[in-house]
Amino acid sequence: MSRYELRFSGSGGQGLITAGIIMAKAASIYEGKQAVQSQSYGPEARGGSSKSEVIISDGPIDYPKATAVDALLAMTQEACDKYTHDLKEGGILLVDSDLVKKLPTEGNFRIISFPIINTAKNDVGREIVANIVALGAMVALSGQVSRENAEKAVLSSVPEAFIELNRKAFSIGYEKALAASAQ
Amino acid sequence: MSKKVAFLQGNEAAAHGALYAGCDFFAGYPITPSTEVSEVLSAELPKTGGKFLQMEDEIAAMAAILGASLAGAKVLTSTSGPGLSLKQELIGYGCIAEIPCVVYNVMRGGPSTGMPTGPSQSDVMCAKWGTHGDHPAICLVPASVQETYEEVIRAFNLSEKYRTPVMVMPDEIVAHMRERIVFPEPGEIEVVPRKSPTVPPEKYKPYDTSFGDVPPLAAFGSGYKFHVTGLNKMQDGFPTTKAEIVQAEEERQVRKVDANIDDIVTFEEYLLDDADVVVVAYGSTSRSARFAVNIAREQGIKAGMFRIKTFWPFPDKQIKALAGKVKGIVIPEMNLGMCSLELERCAQGKTPVLGIFRVDGEPINPDQILEKIKEVK
Repeated sequence: MSRYELRFSGSGGQGLITAGIIMAKAASIYEGKQAVQSQSYGPEARGGSSKSEVIISDGPIDYPKATAVDALLAMTQEACDKYTHDLKEGGILLVDSDLVKKLPTEGNFRIISFPIINTAKNDVGREIVANIVALGAMVALSGQVSRENAEKAVLSSVPEAFIELNRKAFSIGYEKALAASAQ
Repeated sequence: MSKKVAFLQGNEAAAHGALYAGCDFFAGYPITPSTEVSEVLSAELPKTGGKFLQMEDEIAAMAAILGASLAGAKVLTSTSGPGLSLKQELIGYGCIAEIPCVVYNVMRGGPSTGMPTGPSQSDVMCAKWGTHGDHPAICLVPASVQETYEEVIRAFNLSEKYRTPVMVMPDEIVAHMRERIVFPEPGEIEVVPRKSPTVPPEKYKPYDTSFGDVPPLAAFGSGYKFHVTGLNKMQDGFPTTKAEIVQAEEERQVRKVDANIDDIVTFEEYLLDDADVVVVAYGSTSRSARFAVNIAREQGIKAGMFRIKTFWPFPDKQIKALAGKVKGIVIPEMNLGMCSLELERCAQGKTPVLGIFRVDGEPINPDQILEKIKEVK
């Protein structure tokens, strides 16, 4: 059975659990696949490590946590150090190039990096949507859900007043990842 | 017309299940990892005339739902380990005074405040033995978001049918993970109403066993007046120390569950027909178990799973039958061996019980279970 595993990791407050939820929703509600999203986080509201895992499959999903990760997002150096160990051979590692300076030297996977938070700040206009920039990038790189379905999931998950901001963040993240991936 | 679907967390599904079951009163005190139940119900209950109360603490919340239930409401509280400990005295009160209510407890690391955001399955014994004295206990342990929704409805039904507190205990993983849920149409799942008195107020007794082991319960404020106490009581609800009455009443309260085990106990059997090794699992751990069993089968090992859906009353009969057939039972659980004691009791030495016990806040993964399956010779 196909089983695709994604992990969104970083620190609490970066919106990574939300990004995971939207990815899973895109797969489960809009793409017609099955998906489970789970999370683990510390007691802090901000800071501390945070991760959100999404399993996508064509059939029923038993174990809801990651076993061998296909695509990993690391938004802090700590997350990158901590979570690349179970990244699959041939998997994808996406990092924020401003925050993750030390890339893993071992392991056979594709590393894609661009300044995610600064893209949100400078290209989209609000740092707060960095998670949606990252989500757009993860959608593009993982290829598990279509761009259209992922965008639907984003727009149905955010407040009305912020729809355009999030649409832009998603779109820029998607394009940037494709560009970075082509390099 | 296609059914309504949503992508929800276990806790959110629990709140919606309660609404489907007709819950119209919630009292609680927020606690990780069960707070989302309060969040949803605080928004939803007022829309349909229900009441949501945030109480000053867990004990008061338990007291509030007992009072509201006596007034005819269908009631719920939600909590987690430390809160469950605090509620125990009043859970016992609910048992002896025979007050229907549902206690939704999300299992996190313990004892005491333990690990608030970490998963655990260490409250399962507390569900039966947490409050003192002989009393009936019903505890349901769902394993998915959809099942959490459905088991909360079943918990309401059982609490009304047997006039006793019922617990629903997902572990933190089930409570916080999100999955697609398909909402049933109204009427699709049975909702059991409370048995109301058929006699006029002057003839009513709250524990009148001429109506059977589960006497009808009148709602306070509907013209029926009766006495409620935590003391051993007579049929009219007033206290007694008369030996024969106390003995009979205690036995009846426990019998309400014990004589109806087949109506209450639910389980799932997975690939058991030819199994040499059976993994007994519950809650999120059963999802790791199913994964491990599937891999074992691919490797030619005849493994199967017995999934406990109703933890109390325990599926004694089914485990006894299994123990006579298999070479070994594997029990993975996020505690230091609670269900395993029950399994050993039921297995009566006929088959070894191999435990995998984990309390470090990490889930038991399929590899650990597979390894243990292979230890069974």
